[in-house]
Amino acid sequence: MKANTIVTTNSLTEIQPLAADWRDFLALTKPRVMTLVVFTGLCGMLAAPHGIHPVLAFTAILCIALGAGAAAALNQWYESDIDALMKRTASRPLPAGRMDRQSALHFGVGLGAFSVLLMGLAVNLLSAAILAVSILFYVLVYTVWLKRRTPQNIVIGGAAGAFPPLIGWAAATGSVALLPALLFALIFLWTPPHFWALSLFVRSDYANAGVPMLPVVAGVRATRVQIMLYTLPMVAVAIAPWPLGLTGAIYGGTAVLLSAIFLALALRVGFNTETDQAAMKPERRLFWFSIIYLFGMFGALVADRLVLA
Amino acid sequence: MKPEDQREYQRRQQSRAIAMAIVLGAFVILFFAISIAKMN
Repeated sequence: MKANTIVTTNSLTEIQPLAADWRDFLALTKPRVMTLVVFTGLCGMLAAPHGIHPVLAFTAILCIALGAGAAAALNQWYESDIDALMKRTASRPLPAGRMDRQSALHFGVGLGAFSVLLMGLAVNLLSAAILAVSILFYVLVYTVWLKRRTPQNIVIGGAAGAFPPLIGWAAATGSVALLPALLFALIFLWTPPHFWALSLFVRSDYANAGVPMLPVVAGVRATRVQIMLYTLPMVAVAIAPWPLGLTGAIYGGTAVLLSAIFLALALRVGFNTETDQAAMKPERRLFWFSIIYLFGMFGALVADRLVLA
Repeated sequence: MKPEDQREYQRRQQSRAIAMAIVLGAFVILFFAISIAKMN
Protein backbone atom coordinates (compact mmCIF):
# COMPACT_ATOMS: atom_id res chain seq x y z
CA MET A 1 0.00 0.00 0.00
CA LYS A 2 2.81 2.42 0.89
CA ALA A 3 4.34 2.27 -2.59
CA ASN A 4 0.96 3.11 -4.15
CA THR A 5 -0.13 6.06 -2.02
CA ILE A 6 1.00 9.62 -1.39
CA VAL A 7 0.05 12.23 1.22
CA THR A 8 -1.54 15.19 -0.54
CA THR A 9 -0.18 18.65 0.12
CA ASN A 10 -3.53 20.18 1.13
CA SER A 11 -4.32 17.65 3.83
CA LEU A 12 -1.93 15.55 5.85
CA THR A 13 -4.69 13.10 6.75
CA GLU A 14 -6.02 12.50 3.24
CA ILE A 15 -4.33 9.59 1.46
CA GLN A 16 -4.75 9.31 -2.30
CA PRO A 17 -3.50 6.62 -4.68
CA LEU A 18 -0.73 7.42 -7.12
CA ALA A 19 -1.79 7.67 -10.76
CA ALA A 20 -2.76 4.13 -11.70
CA ASP A 21 -0.59 2.10 -14.04
CA TRP A 22 -2.06 1.05 -17.41
CA ARG A 23 -1.91 -2.56 -16.16
CA ASP A 24 -4.38 -1.62 -13.43
CA PHE A 25 -6.83 -0.32 -16.04
CA LEU A 26 -6.41 -3.59 -17.91
CA ALA A 27 -7.02 -5.57 -14.69
CA LEU A 28 -10.19 -3.50 -14.14
CA THR A 29 -11.68 -5.07 -17.29
CA LYS A 30 -11.37 -8.65 -15.86
CA PRO A 31 -9.46 -10.02 -18.90
CA ARG A 32 -10.02 -13.68 -17.93
CA VAL A 33 -13.81 -13.27 -17.82
CA MET A 34 -13.58 -11.30 -21.06
CA THR A 35 -11.98 -14.34 -22.75
CA LEU A 36 -15.17 -16.37 -22.33
CA VAL A 37 -17.36 -13.42 -23.37
CA VAL A 38 -15.31 -12.84 -26.54
CA PHE A 39 -15.28 -16.56 -27.35
CA THR A 40 -19.06 -16.98 -27.04
CA GLY A 41 -19.63 -13.77 -29.01
CA LEU A 42 -17.31 -14.96 -31.77
CA CYS A 43 -19.00 -18.36 -31.88
CA GLY A 44 -22.43 -16.70 -32.10
CA MET A 45 -21.14 -14.73 -35.08
CA LEU A 46 -19.54 -17.76 -36.77
CA ALA A 47 -22.71 -19.84 -36.26
CA ALA A 48 -24.80 -17.25 -38.14
CA PRO A 49 -25.90 -18.19 -41.66
CA HIS A 50 -24.67 -14.92 -43.23
CA GLY A 51 -21.04 -13.92 -43.52
CA ILE A 52 -19.73 -10.55 -42.40
CA HIS A 53 -16.75 -8.53 -43.66
CA PRO A 54 -13.67 -9.57 -41.61
CA VAL A 55 -12.92 -5.97 -40.57
CA LEU A 56 -16.51 -5.49 -39.34
CA ALA A 57 -16.40 -8.90 -37.64
CA PHE A 58 -13.20 -7.86 -35.82
CA THR A 59 -14.82 -4.55 -34.88
CA ALA A 60 -17.92 -6.31 -33.52
CA ILE A 61 -15.82 -8.66 -31.38
CA LEU A 62 -13.70 -5.73 -30.19
CA CYS A 63 -16.88 -3.88 -29.19
CA ILE A 64 -18.15 -6.92 -27.27
CA ALA A 65 -14.78 -7.11 -25.45
CA LEU A 66 -14.77 -3.37 -24.69
CA GLY A 67 -18.39 -3.52 -23.50
CA ALA A 68 -17.60 -6.46 -21.21
CA GLY A 69 -14.53 -4.59 -19.92
CA ALA A 70 -16.64 -1.50 -19.24
CA ALA A 71 -19.23 -3.52 -17.33
CA ALA A 72 -16.46 -5.18 -15.28
CA ALA A 73 -14.86 -1.80 -14.50
CA LEU A 74 -18.18 -0.32 -13.35
CA ASN A 75 -18.88 -3.47 -11.32
CA GLN A 76 -15.53 -3.05 -9.52
CA TRP A 77 -16.13 0.68 -9.05
CA TYR A 78 -19.44 -0.03 -7.29
CA GLU A 79 -18.21 -3.05 -5.31
CA SER A 80 -14.80 -1.85 -4.14
CA ASP A 81 -16.01 -1.89 -0.51
CA ILE A 82 -17.01 -5.58 -0.54
CA ASP A 83 -14.08 -6.55 -2.79
CA ALA A 84 -11.77 -5.33 -0.02
CA LEU A 85 -13.38 -7.82 2.39
CA MET A 86 -12.90 -10.92 0.22
CA LYS A 87 -9.56 -12.73 -0.23
CA ARG A 88 -10.39 -13.55 -3.86
CA THR A 89 -10.88 -9.88 -4.81
CA ALA A 90 -8.82 -7.90 -2.27
CA SER A 91 -5.87 -7.52 -4.66
CA ARG A 92 -7.96 -5.81 -7.38
CA PRO A 93 -6.79 -2.26 -8.27
CA LEU A 94 -9.43 -0.37 -6.24
CA PRO A 95 -9.44 -2.32 -2.94
CA ALA A 96 -5.64 -2.61 -3.10
CA GLY A 97 -5.38 1.19 -3.34
CA ARG A 98 -3.65 1.27 -6.72
CA MET A 99 -6.38 3.38 -8.33
CA ASP A 100 -8.85 6.06 -7.24
CA ARG A 101 -12.60 5.38 -7.67
CA GLN A 102 -13.21 8.36 -9.96
CA SER A 103 -10.68 7.06 -12.52
CA ALA A 104 -12.43 3.67 -12.52
CA LEU A 105 -15.85 5.31 -12.99
CA HIS A 106 -14.67 7.53 -15.85
CA PHE A 107 -12.87 4.60 -17.49
CA GLY A 108 -15.95 2.34 -17.26
CA VAL A 109 -18.47 4.91 -18.51
CA GLY A 110 -16.16 6.07 -21.32
CA LEU A 111 -15.33 2.56 -22.47
CA GLY A 112 -18.99 1.46 -22.39
CA ALA A 113 -20.24 4.48 -24.34
CA PHE A 114 -17.44 4.13 -26.88
CA SER A 115 -18.10 0.40 -27.43
CA VAL A 116 -21.84 0.95 -28.06
CA LEU A 117 -21.21 3.96 -30.32
CA LEU A 118 -18.60 2.11 -32.38
CA MET A 119 -20.85 -0.96 -32.69
CA GLY A 120 -23.77 1.20 -33.85
CA LEU A 121 -21.74 3.16 -36.40
CA ALA A 122 -19.56 0.35 -37.77
CA VAL A 123 -21.74 -2.78 -37.50
CA ASN A 124 -25.51 -2.29 -36.97
CA LEU A 125 -27.99 -0.74 -34.56
CA LEU A 126 -29.49 -4.02 -33.30
CA SER A 127 -26.14 -5.39 -32.07
CA ALA A 128 -25.35 -1.97 -30.51
CA ALA A 129 -28.72 -1.95 -28.72
CA ILE A 130 -28.21 -5.49 -27.32
CA LEU A 131 -24.67 -4.55 -26.26
CA ALA A 132 -26.01 -1.47 -24.44
CA VAL A 133 -28.71 -3.56 -22.73
CA SER A 134 -26.14 -6.16 -21.62
CA ILE A 135 -23.83 -3.51 -20.08
CA LEU A 136 -26.72 -1.74 -18.31
CA PHE A 137 -28.19 -5.08 -17.16
CA TYR A 138 -24.88 -6.19 -15.62
CA VAL A 139 -24.19 -2.85 -13.93
CA LEU A 140 -27.66 -1.69 -12.86
CA VAL A 141 -29.74 -4.87 -12.49
CA TYR A 142 -27.07 -7.30 -11.24
CA THR A 143 -24.44 -5.15 -9.50
CA VAL A 144 -26.50 -2.29 -8.08
CA TRP A 145 -29.94 -3.86 -7.60
CA LEU A 146 -29.69 -7.63 -7.06
CA LYS A 147 -26.25 -8.63 -5.80
CA ARG A 148 -26.53 -7.27 -2.25
CA ARG A 149 -30.27 -7.87 -1.90
CA THR A 150 -31.21 -11.42 -2.93
CA PRO A 151 -29.70 -14.92 -3.18
CA GLN A 152 -31.29 -15.04 -6.65
CA ASN A 153 -28.72 -12.40 -7.73
CA ILE A 154 -26.81 -14.59 -10.15
CA VAL A 155 -29.93 -16.34 -11.49
CA ILE A 156 -31.33 -13.12 -12.94
CA GLY A 157 -27.96 -11.38 -13.25
CA GLY A 158 -26.68 -14.34 -15.27
CA ALA A 159 -28.62 -12.98 -18.23
CA ALA A 160 -25.99 -10.26 -18.61
CA GLY A 161 -23.30 -12.83 -19.44
CA ALA A 162 -25.64 -14.63 -21.84
CA PHE A 163 -25.91 -11.77 -24.34
CA PRO A 164 -22.58 -12.15 -26.29
CA PRO A 165 -23.68 -14.96 -28.69
CA LEU A 166 -26.85 -12.97 -29.36
CA ILE A 167 -24.76 -9.87 -30.10
CA GLY A 168 -22.40 -11.86 -32.35
CA TRP A 169 -25.32 -13.31 -34.30
CA ALA A 170 -27.04 -9.89 -34.56
CA ALA A 171 -23.78 -8.32 -35.78
CA ALA A 172 -23.59 -10.85 -38.63
CA THR A 173 -27.28 -10.98 -39.62
CA GLY A 174 -28.94 -7.81 -38.29
CA SER A 175 -31.61 -9.99 -36.65
CA VAL A 176 -32.09 -12.66 -33.95
CA ALA A 177 -33.33 -16.22 -34.40
CA LEU A 178 -34.09 -19.41 -32.44
CA LEU A 179 -30.48 -20.74 -32.33
CA PRO A 180 -28.92 -17.63 -30.70
CA ALA A 181 -31.92 -17.51 -28.34
CA LEU A 182 -31.11 -21.10 -27.28
CA LEU A 183 -27.43 -20.14 -26.85
CA PHE A 184 -28.60 -17.26 -24.64
CA ALA A 185 -30.71 -19.71 -22.62
CA LEU A 186 -27.77 -22.13 -22.35
CA ILE A 187 -25.46 -19.53 -20.73
CA PHE A 188 -28.36 -18.20 -18.63
CA LEU A 189 -29.03 -21.68 -17.17
CA TRP A 190 -25.31 -22.54 -16.96
CA THR A 191 -24.54 -19.52 -14.76
CA PRO A 192 -26.27 -20.67 -11.51
CA PRO A 193 -24.53 -24.10 -11.26
CA HIS A 194 -21.23 -22.48 -12.27
CA PHE A 195 -21.37 -19.66 -9.69
CA TRP A 196 -23.02 -21.67 -6.92
CA ALA A 197 -20.27 -24.30 -7.20
CA LEU A 198 -17.73 -21.48 -6.72
CA SER A 199 -19.73 -19.84 -3.93
CA LEU A 200 -19.86 -23.14 -2.01
CA PHE A 201 -16.09 -23.32 -1.58
CA VAL A 202 -15.59 -19.56 -1.03
CA ARG A 203 -18.79 -19.00 0.96
CA SER A 204 -16.98 -17.66 4.05
CA ASP A 205 -15.63 -14.86 1.83
CA TYR A 206 -19.17 -13.95 0.73
CA ALA A 207 -20.44 -14.24 4.32
CA ASN A 208 -17.68 -11.90 5.58
CA ALA A 209 -18.55 -9.37 2.87
CA GLY A 210 -22.29 -9.62 3.60
CA VAL A 211 -23.18 -10.76 0.07
CA PRO A 212 -26.35 -12.89 0.23
CA MET A 213 -25.14 -15.72 -2.00
CA LEU A 214 -27.31 -18.84 -1.83
CA PRO A 215 -24.93 -20.93 0.39
CA VAL A 216 -24.74 -18.04 2.87
CA VAL A 217 -28.52 -17.49 3.03
CA ALA A 218 -30.04 -20.94 2.38
CA GLY A 219 -27.16 -23.20 3.41
CA VAL A 220 -24.88 -25.71 1.70
CA ARG A 221 -27.48 -28.47 1.30
CA ALA A 222 -30.08 -26.26 -0.41
CA THR A 223 -27.43 -24.86 -2.76
CA ARG A 224 -26.36 -28.36 -3.81
CA VAL A 225 -29.99 -29.27 -4.57
CA GLN A 226 -30.39 -26.07 -6.62
CA ILE A 227 -27.23 -26.90 -8.60
CA MET A 228 -28.75 -30.27 -9.56
CA LEU A 229 -32.13 -28.71 -10.40
CA TYR A 230 -30.66 -26.00 -12.65
CA THR A 231 -28.42 -28.52 -14.42
CA LEU A 232 -31.45 -30.44 -15.76
CA PRO A 233 -32.97 -27.64 -17.89
CA MET A 234 -29.46 -26.54 -18.86
CA VAL A 235 -28.76 -30.00 -20.30
CA ALA A 236 -32.10 -29.97 -22.16
CA VAL A 237 -31.40 -26.54 -23.69
CA ALA A 238 -27.82 -27.56 -24.55
CA ILE A 239 -28.95 -30.59 -26.55
CA ALA A 240 -32.13 -29.00 -28.02
CA PRO A 241 -30.55 -27.39 -31.15
CA TRP A 242 -29.69 -30.88 -32.48
CA PRO A 243 -33.19 -32.51 -32.46
CA LEU A 244 -34.65 -29.18 -33.61
CA GLY A 245 -32.50 -29.45 -36.73
CA LEU A 246 -30.57 -26.24 -36.04
CA THR A 247 -27.21 -28.03 -35.81
CA GLY A 248 -25.63 -31.28 -37.00
CA ALA A 249 -24.28 -34.39 -35.31
CA ILE A 250 -20.91 -32.84 -34.35
CA TYR A 251 -22.66 -30.37 -32.06
CA GLY A 252 -25.27 -32.95 -31.00
CA GLY A 253 -22.71 -35.62 -30.06
CA THR A 254 -20.52 -33.13 -28.19
CA ALA A 255 -23.54 -31.69 -26.38
CA VAL A 256 -24.71 -35.14 -25.24
CA LEU A 257 -21.23 -36.16 -24.07
CA LEU A 258 -20.28 -32.93 -22.28
CA SER A 259 -23.75 -32.50 -20.77
CA ALA A 260 -23.64 -36.07 -19.43
CA ILE A 261 -20.31 -35.30 -17.70
CA PHE A 262 -21.72 -31.99 -16.37
CA LEU A 263 -24.79 -33.81 -15.03
CA ALA A 264 -22.64 -36.51 -13.39
CA LEU A 265 -20.48 -33.86 -11.69
CA ALA A 266 -23.60 -31.94 -10.58
CA LEU A 267 -25.04 -35.15 -9.09
CA ARG A 268 -21.79 -35.75 -7.20
CA VAL A 269 -22.09 -32.23 -5.82
CA GLY A 270 -25.76 -32.84 -5.01
CA PHE A 271 -25.01 -35.96 -2.99
CA ASN A 272 -21.84 -34.59 -1.35
CA THR A 273 -22.15 -34.14 2.41
CA GLU A 274 -18.80 -32.41 3.04
CA THR A 275 -19.15 -28.99 4.68
CA ASP A 276 -15.47 -28.10 5.04
CA GLN A 277 -14.70 -25.60 2.24
CA ALA A 278 -11.13 -26.84 1.80
CA ALA A 279 -12.34 -30.40 1.19
CA MET A 280 -15.04 -29.60 -1.41
CA LYS A 281 -13.46 -31.44 -4.33
CA PRO A 282 -16.69 -32.18 -6.28
CA GLU A 283 -17.62 -28.49 -6.17
CA ARG A 284 -14.17 -27.45 -7.44
CA ARG A 285 -14.34 -30.07 -10.20
CA LEU A 286 -17.78 -28.86 -11.29
CA PHE A 287 -16.63 -25.24 -11.28
CA TRP A 288 -13.58 -25.89 -13.47
CA PHE A 289 -15.41 -28.32 -15.74
CA SER A 290 -18.23 -25.81 -16.24
CA ILE A 291 -15.73 -23.43 -17.89
CA ILE A 292 -14.39 -26.21 -20.15
CA TYR A 293 -18.01 -27.18 -20.88
CA LEU A 294 -18.95 -23.77 -22.24
CA PHE A 295 -15.80 -23.54 -24.37
CA GLY A 296 -16.45 -27.10 -25.63
CA MET A 297 -20.10 -26.49 -26.49
CA PHE A 298 -19.48 -23.29 -28.42
CA GLY A 299 -16.37 -24.75 -30.08
CA ALA A 300 -18.46 -27.73 -31.23
CA LEU A 301 -21.13 -25.38 -32.59
CA VAL A 302 -18.57 -23.59 -34.78
CA ALA A 303 -16.97 -26.90 -35.86
CA ASP A 304 -20.43 -28.16 -36.78
CA ARG A 305 -21.15 -25.04 -38.85
CA LEU A 306 -17.80 -25.26 -40.64
CA VAL A 307 -18.41 -28.93 -41.55
CA LEU A 308 -21.98 -28.20 -42.72
CA ALA A 309 -20.70 -25.27 -44.80
CA MET B 1 5.75 14.48 -2.44
CA LYS B 2 9.04 12.66 -1.81
CA PRO B 3 11.55 12.45 -4.71
CA GLU B 4 11.02 8.68 -5.04
CA ASP B 5 7.22 9.20 -5.16
CA GLN B 6 7.74 11.90 -7.79
CA ARG B 7 9.82 9.52 -9.91
CA GLU B 8 7.24 6.73 -9.56
CA TYR B 9 4.44 9.16 -10.43
CA GLN B 10 6.27 10.28 -13.58
CA ARG B 11 7.09 6.69 -14.55
CA ARG B 12 3.42 5.73 -14.36
CA GLN B 13 2.32 8.84 -16.26
CA GLN B 14 4.83 8.01 -18.99
CA SER B 15 3.72 4.35 -19.25
CA ARG B 16 0.06 5.46 -19.45
CA ALA B 17 0.89 8.02 -22.13
CA ILE B 18 2.69 5.37 -24.21
CA ALA B 19 -0.21 2.90 -23.78
CA MET B 20 -2.72 5.61 -24.79
CA ALA B 21 -0.65 6.50 -27.87
CA ILE B 22 -0.58 2.85 -28.98
CA VAL B 23 -4.36 2.49 -28.44
CA LEU B 24 -5.10 5.71 -30.37
CA GLY B 25 -2.79 4.65 -33.21
CA ALA B 26 -4.54 1.27 -33.39
CA PHE B 27 -7.96 2.97 -33.56
CA VAL B 28 -6.81 5.28 -36.36
CA ILE B 29 -5.87 2.16 -38.38
CA LEU B 30 -9.15 0.43 -37.41
CA PHE B 31 -11.33 3.41 -38.41
CA PHE B 32 -9.52 3.63 -41.75
CA ALA B 33 -10.12 -0.12 -42.32
CA ILE B 34 -13.81 0.23 -41.32
CA SER B 35 -14.22 3.10 -43.81
CA ILE B 36 -12.72 1.01 -46.61
CA ALA B 37 -14.90 -2.01 -45.65
CA LYS B 38 -18.06 0.13 -45.55
CA MET B 39 -17.29 1.71 -48.95
CA ASN B 40 -16.91 -1.75 -50.45
